[in-house]
Amino acid sequence: MEAEERSEPAGAEYVLHLYITGATPNSTRAVRNIKDICEQYLKGRYELLIMDIYQQPELAQREQLIGAPTLIKRSPGLVRRLVGDLSDRERVLKALGIISPLADSSTGHEGA
Amino acid sequence: MLDNTSSPTASRPSALPKLPKAPSGIEGLDEITEGGLPLGRPTLICGSAGCGKTLMGIEFLVRGIQDYNEPGVLMTFEESAAELAANVTSLGFDLPQLQAEKKLRIDQVHVDRSEIEETGEYDLEGLFIRLGHAIDSIGAKRVVLDTIEALFSGFPNEGVLRSEIRRLFRWLKDKGVTTVITAERGEGTLTRQGLEEYVSDCVILLDNRVIDQITTRRLRIVKYRGSTHGTNEYPYLIMESGISVLPVTSLQLNHEVSDTIVSSGIPALDEMFGRRGFYKGSSVLITGTAGTAKTTLAATFAAEICRTHGRCLFLAFEESPQQLVRNMQSVSINLAPYLENGQLLIEATRPTLNGLERHLVSIHKLIREFRPDAVVIDPISNLISVGNLSEVKSMLIRLIDFLKVNNITALFTSLISGRNIQQEMTEEGVSSLVDTWISVRDLEGIGERNRGISILKSRGMSHSNKVREFLVTEQGIHLLDVVIGPGGIVTGAGRLTQQLQEQAQLMAAQQELERKDRELERRRRVLEATIGNLRTEFESVEEELRQINHEEMARQQALTEGKAQFTQPLPLQRPNESQQN
Repeated sequence: MEAEERSEPAGAEYVLHLYITGATPNSTRAVRNIKDICEQYLKGRYELLIMDIYQQPELAQREQLIGAPTLIKRSPGLVRRLVGDLSDRERVLKALGIISPLADSSTGHEGA
Repeated sequence: MLDNTSSPTASRPSALPKLPKAPSGIEGLDEITEGGLPLGRPTLICGSAGCGKTLMGIEFLVRGIQDYNEPGVLMTFEESAAELAANVTSLGFDLPQLQAEKKLRIDQVHVDRSEIEETGEYDLEGLFIRLGHAIDSIGAKRVVLDTIEALFSGFPNEGVLRSEIRRLFRWLKDKGVTTVITAERGEGTLTRQGLEEYVSDCVILLDNRVIDQITTRRLRIVKYRGSTHGTNEYPYLIMESGISVLPVTSLQLNHEVSDTIVSSGIPALDEMFGRRGFYKGSSVLITGTAGTAKTTLAATFAAEICRTHGRCLFLAFEESPQQLVRNMQSVSINLAPYLENGQLLIEATRPTLNGLERHLVSIHKLIREFRPDAVVIDPISNLISVGNLSEVKSMLIRLIDFLKVNNITALFTSLISGRNIQQEMTEEGVSSLVDTWISVRDLEGIGERNRGISILKSRGMSHSNKVREFLVTEQGIHLLDVVIGPGGIVTGAGRLTQQLQEQAQLMAAQQELERKDRELERRRRVLEATIGNLRTEFESVEEELRQINHEEMARQQALTEGKAQFTQPLPLQRPNESQQN
């Protein structure tokens, strides 16, 4: 997981950077969750970069990280920061813009 | 979890009985904390807006770098590095330069709730790593977290934050860095979250209070684990050179004393003291009602100090330097030459210009720069308009203390109101603090006022108990000789009357004496004449007696001769005749 995983070459629609802290339970869960989501919703249109800030501590300041793990959505649209192990799938999808905010109430109830 | 980032932590000599401390370098704070902040432990600085929390944190870092060679990390949650640098430039702190020298790292933590989405379990490991990296990259010994509670606005999950902040404090302790955390003051608690004060080893509370339109900043140490500390509220100032906490002088009474004597400038006044003056380094108080020439006495002293090649600082709270010089000129105290050659410095300020503490600090600053041998403050009673009695007293205690430690002779004047003139109490209650107390007062008689001067106390030497009348003449201050009338010491017109009376008496006595002399002479002459007469008489009597005697002898002889002729009708022989004779 320390290695960079790249499903698609540069120029993909979704650019996601996940910053984790080694093999802590939260980080492990976050990696598993984001991979699930990408495979399920964004197959073929995403670029996922997983970085361990234990290994590259200078990234923490550069990327303004506070919480860990943090997923930063670079594109499309506005940059969003998702803090946590990404287990709240509905909020993750909403924040990534995979499901539209209009539909979120109905899907939200379904999800619940 | 951060074993890979182990750094040389500050040594903790547990064998030492005292808690190791990191000197803050902030003026006065190390005295109150008895050495500084707890080494390798977190200290909380809390206070409301405008107290200088951030500034104190930055000064802690900068002094650490400059004075103790301890690099520092500043993690700011509110202001950017550029803003902070600009804010403290006026204090002479060059943050960009320190950053370039790898002595300081500033990390601005940007917390924006709108950008953050919580999606499950998380911790603040990102912050830990940032901080750890910053500390390790420059080998920092000091860390400042400027308002960590900003995190609470970015992360809604308070439970996680609380436990993470606890962990952060623990982690900082384990890293052995001396940490300062700032926090806003909360309602009823020291901090808004009510958390930091419990996990910090030392809590410093800053307060900004406005009393009678005058703001005073105060500092109090709420807790200090494992150490004693000053418990009072100490005023502090934010000045051009940073934060200055008072007392800036030692809290003990163990200063050196001098045996040198300095003159008051008035020979007759000096003579009232057993050692003919004041001890150098002592404090002198002149109290008196309005118009009793307190300022003139003070200026005389200042001129005397300058005349004997000393330096004198004159703090005037009532008159401008020009006015003072002009007024003193009228009594032949010429201060202008001393002003010109720099021996005398007159610093005139309005008491209301500053709060008491600022006055004290500016006096300290002046004294440090000017290095005077004597300081005159005219008058201290004006400071009352700035603060209340106890504040003024505490300020003066510290000032007197400071002056004594530096062996500077201090002369204060104090106005006492006419109502409690008999009381002889200074409102500031400093009389117990000063070594010498001179009282000048109006001696109001019938239709006139005279000035009297007396010494109420003089530590370490004997002094005259008399109230001496003095005059402010064109030649300066003159103490008049004591004139004792039937009802005690007399002054003014009474003195004149008394003196005239005495003169008249003296003249009468003189005349009497002369008359007696003449009488005696006359009698002597009479007697001598008598003696002459008698002698003449005696001589005539003697002459007469001699005459009588002579005649008697002649008569006797004639008689004898006649008798012999009768008894021896005829001398038979010549020899017989001669034997007969």
